[in-house]
Amino acid sequence: MAKRESTFMNMVVTLVLVTGIAAAVLGFVYDFTKAPIEAAKLKAQTEAITQVLPAFDQLGESYKVQTESGGDSLELFPAYKAGELVGTAVKTYTRTGFSGYISIMAGIDKDGNFSGYSVLEHAETPGLGSKMDTWFRNSDKPKQNVIGKNPETTRFTVSKDGGDIDAITASTISSRAFLDAMKRGYTAYEAKK
Amino acid sequence: MNQWKNFTKGFIKENPVFVLVLGMCPTLGVTSSAINGLGMGLATTFVLMMSNIVISLVKGVIPDKVRIPSFIVIIAAFVTVVQLLMQAFVPALFKSLGLFIPLIVVNCIVLGRAEAFASKNKVGSSAIDGLGIGLGFTFALVLLGSIREILGSGKLFNITLYSENFGTLIFVLAPGAFIVLGYLIALINRLKKS
Repeated sequence: MAKRESTFMNMVVTLVLVTGIAAAVLGFVYDFTKAPIEAAKLKAQTEAITQVLPAFDQLGESYKVQTESGGDSLELFPAYKAGELVGTAVKTYTRTGFSGYISIMAGIDKDGNFSGYSVLEHAETPGLGSKMDTWFRNSDKPKQNVIGKNPETTRFTVSKDGGDIDAITASTISSRAFLDAMKRGYTAYEAKK
Repeated sequence: MNQWKNFTKGFIKENPVFVLVLGMCPTLGVTSSAINGLGMGLATTFVLMMSNIVISLVKGVIPDKVRIPSFIVIIAAFVTVVQLLMQAFVPALFKSLGLFIPLIVVNCIVLGRAEAFASKNKVGSSAIDGLGIGLGFTFALVLLGSIREILGSGKLFNITLYSENFGTLIFVLAPGAFIVLGYLIALINRLKKS
């Protein structure tokens, strides 16, 4: 096949065709993957809630709480067992991580203590800040564990800043950010109680 | 051209990472663990192969002056397809690769192969070239990721080999990527000479 000349008409027609076909293909794939992507997101969220709360058999309707002016509102998911509230999961966040945004699902049981947490999204340094996923729920190390505590009876700042929680070794910034997110989640929970 | 040679050249002789030194940004960025390297490598392989096939099919009808924009649109379309599919079916891997998937669009390897090979060769050879170079890239990323993961966190494919406390953190961080890559390039050059 001979190469087509680079005339103005040829170039315009080629580019229109190439972009048009690409757009059509993308539209088709987008349509095809839309449902699975939604399902995957929902599944990840439900899994996170199950992980952070005591056993429950029904999730109530979620609601949103604004904790500070200008900030994003937090989504809260009440969970029930046999019609009784067993805890509330809070999808909380912070922007003060070492690499910015961190999103955490925090569980608060019916007594108002943290029952668990799961880091949903973060960009912290692997091997350092990323340890927060396990660090703050190590039951062998009571000084770094946040499970069973709440920001009213425990000072939720790292011990370096005069608080009661031990920071991750060499990751004070990530630890501060983590505690900031947990406190924000608790504030939202308290505001709506 | 001998197709077997065409396929295997991507592993050592024309390895995109160790010899051509292309696509350094994802190479250094995602290889903090072996599994990330594998996912990134396979995603790139798919894009390389598909874009090579399509570009060698349409090379005759694309006027020379607009070939680069046309190639980029084709490559970008395949990258977006990969991104949507990964988001739908392997969300965990998609999350850990994050920003690097859309960045395959501007990966020099993909445009490089389109320009240097697919726009001059037949469909079959182009597909094999894409597959070979892509797997060579995957091989390089997995090797780099494995070494960094073993030295840095004492694991391989998330299986603990020794306590994380003895890991050397620098290998998980960016400087470790440069150090390991440097030694690997030296080693490959030595092997090529002999």
